[in-house]
Amino acid sequence: MPMTDLVQLALFVVLIAALAPPLGRYMARVYQGERTLLSPLFAPVETAVCRLTGTRPDADQHWTAYAFAVLAFNLTGFLVLFAILRLQHLLPFNPQGLAPMNADLAFNTAVSFMTNTNWQAYSGEAALSYFSQMAGLTTQNFVSAGTGMAVAVAVIRGFVRRSGRGVGNFTVDLTRSVLYVLLPLAIVVTLILIWQGVPQNLMAYVPATTLEGGQQLIAQGPAASQIAIKQLGTNGGGFFGVNSAYPYENPTPLSNLVQVVSILIIPAAFCFLYGRMAKDNRQGRAIFAAMGVMFLVALGVTYGAERAGNDLIAALPVDQSAGNMEGKEVRFGVVNSALWAVTTTAASNGSVNAMHDSFTPVGGMVPMFLMQLGEIVFGGVGAGFYGMLLYVVLAVFLAGLMVGRTPEYLGKKIEAKEVKLGVLALLSIPLGVLVLGALSAVLPAGVASVQDAGPHGLSEILYAYSSATGNNGSAFAGFGAGTLYQNTMLGIAMLLGRFAIIVPMLAVAGSLVGKKVHAETAGTFPTHGPLFVGLLIGVIVIVGGLTFFPALALGPLAEHFAMTGGLAY
Amino acid sequence: MLVKTLRYGALYLGFTAVLGIGYPLAMTGLGQTLFPEQATGSLIERDDGTVLGSALLGQSFTRPEYFHGRPSYAGDGYDAASSGASNLGATSRTLVAAVTERTEAARAAAGSGAAAVPVDLVTGSGSGLDPHVSPEAARYQVSRVAAARGLPETAVHALVAKHVEGRTLGLLGEPRVNVLALNMALDALAGGAPPR
Repeated sequence: MPMTDLVQLALFVVLIAALAPPLGRYMARVYQGERTLLSPLFAPVETAVCRLTGTRPDADQHWTAYAFAVLAFNLTGFLVLFAILRLQHLLPFNPQGLAPMNADLAFNTAVSFMTNTNWQAYSGEAALSYFSQMAGLTTQNFVSAGTGMAVAVAVIRGFVRRSGRGVGNFTVDLTRSVLYVLLPLAIVVTLILIWQGVPQNLMAYVPATTLEGGQQLIAQGPAASQIAIKQLGTNGGGFFGVNSAYPYENPTPLSNLVQVVSILIIPAAFCFLYGRMAKDNRQGRAIFAAMGVMFLVALGVTYGAERAGNDLIAALPVDQSAGNMEGKEVRFGVVNSALWAVTTTAASNGSVNAMHDSFTPVGGMVPMFLMQLGEIVFGGVGAGFYGMLLYVVLAVFLAGLMVGRTPEYLGKKIEAKEVKLGVLALLSIPLGVLVLGALSAVLPAGVASVQDAGPHGLSEILYAYSSATGNNGSAFAGFGAGTLYQNTMLGIAMLLGRFAIIVPMLAVAGSLVGKKVHAETAGTFPTHGPLFVGLLIGVIVIVGGLTFFPALALGPLAEHFAMTGGLAY
Repeated sequence: MLVKTLRYGALYLGFTAVLGIGYPLAMTGLGQTLFPEQATGSLIERDDGTVLGSALLGQSFTRPEYFHGRPSYAGDGYDAASSGASNLGATSRTLVAAVTERTEAARAAAGSGAAAVPVDLVTGSGSGLDPHVSPEAARYQVSRVAAARGLPETAVHALVAKHVEGRTLGLLGEPRVNVLALNMALDALAGGAPPR
């Protein structure tokens, strides 16, 4: 491993470890309604929002009311976005005169951005007007992220509250997420990105006559403002077709660092927010440690595989010392591409700065597996954390079984009801990935989307359904996703992966919130030490491994052995 | 229930006004004021005002007297309104065949026979618009470019060396050469238009 690679990876880890704790503490203050630096600016806006929606800010909602609010808000957001996409030819800011999206693609896109997935079955510069990008997508980039954060805070309240029956107020949590956390960070990141060269304008595309006398039509647009929030909100939907590989979307190594840190910073901060709200920082640090260990292992495997290059061109007179460069950009190289691939799939972001489809088999398997675990290694903003709490419930339950005691977590008894709800939520992932993925692998309408022959073809399907169900949005982009069949089925997978987890997890919170808190005794299993961290990782890897190993064996693992054996398809 | 849902609809529209219209337009105004060049795409204009390209985007170069960028899958090659990659898997025969063909072509064109071709010169980039090649890939083409222009190789080598960008702060990213900037400097060196 070249020292320059190690230094770049270490710098990233240090930045996350240094920035996440203060951000998490700040966010805890925000959600608990304490005064912060930004209160004078935003408190009046918050009041106005409450008046507009008829919300009493101190009115805690029962989990069912909270869940209804999430669903109602998201439904209207879906309808508005769908309408914008279908009517963009009639709306302003369309200098290229782009046509409306067809119905199934608009359905897929609206679901995709509502569920914080940002799966893109279209290419931005060829399909979307600036109005659709801004009013349609940028809005959803903020509020879908805000929805995830709000739900996470509500679920956390269920675990940590010592009394009461409510889990918070959705409108208030959502508004605070957007105003106090996402918007200020997005403004800072936007300005850094413009400085580095990301366009921010409303110009028509620019025709250029190249140095050799050829023609080049150069796409433009309000890109920086959307890219900033796409990273911070773990949305990931690119302004341009190839996302953050496009030099306008990610022009320099510095813009790359800012974006990749933006992806992970809020999900990582949630661990520390949790510690703060639980009034026991060790609990948050334990979860951060579990996530961190899995992240570093994933990073090491992907980096190693990409650095080693493609065995099938090793016999050619090609100098592969730079690693596997197909689908990667020179300014980032293998190290920043591998770091991004692991970060974006650990965090349910889904933006890419290199093409995952052209990764080595093992290099591409790791991102796939991270998505299949349910996006809980940091995960989506908010979504990653409540997903992780689901595994915590399972881990505590298993620990309880082993010692023959009713399991407790943060002093509250974890009983059959919570475990059943947790398993129900967990099952939505294999349902979306394996059942819908298997359908796509046998139905002619599904198979038609596959580009590559051999096991890599199965990997393309598996990746698509893992990405949609995990609400990630990255792709093995050779997969022809823009068909009626895939638009519909992947849309369903995205809905499953979002709401079939949100509702049961809110129910877990609702069930826990009223439970009595038991004092810690000598018999209490501590959930803040290395033993618990190890147990939690073990549960995640075993559940994920048992569920997805057979599929991975037929796809990326089979391809890996084909590659090392010199077999091409 | 319906009234409540409509209220959430109103909230959504309010967010659209602030986040979907206010925020991007404010950022556009601020960006255009603070960083006017970058905000408008870092365009390069000729003396007569026509646009030559963007400093950030690669262009298609096929003539022997220019340095070539990486293979591109954006439209018909370096189409900045249709970005794209090969997305071929590592075990794809199509990929292996394409890399093989490019390697042979690169070696024949370089005329230097024995040396192995730098990998970035024979693999498609992520965007199809990669403006850079590695310093090794630029050096690999020096003898061809020098011969086509009738320039001494040392002069072309010196120009390449001048155009190598190191890691940002000595730390971030990979060393690289901007192909368009290098070719423009090459034209300037030769004193105007290249031989056709």
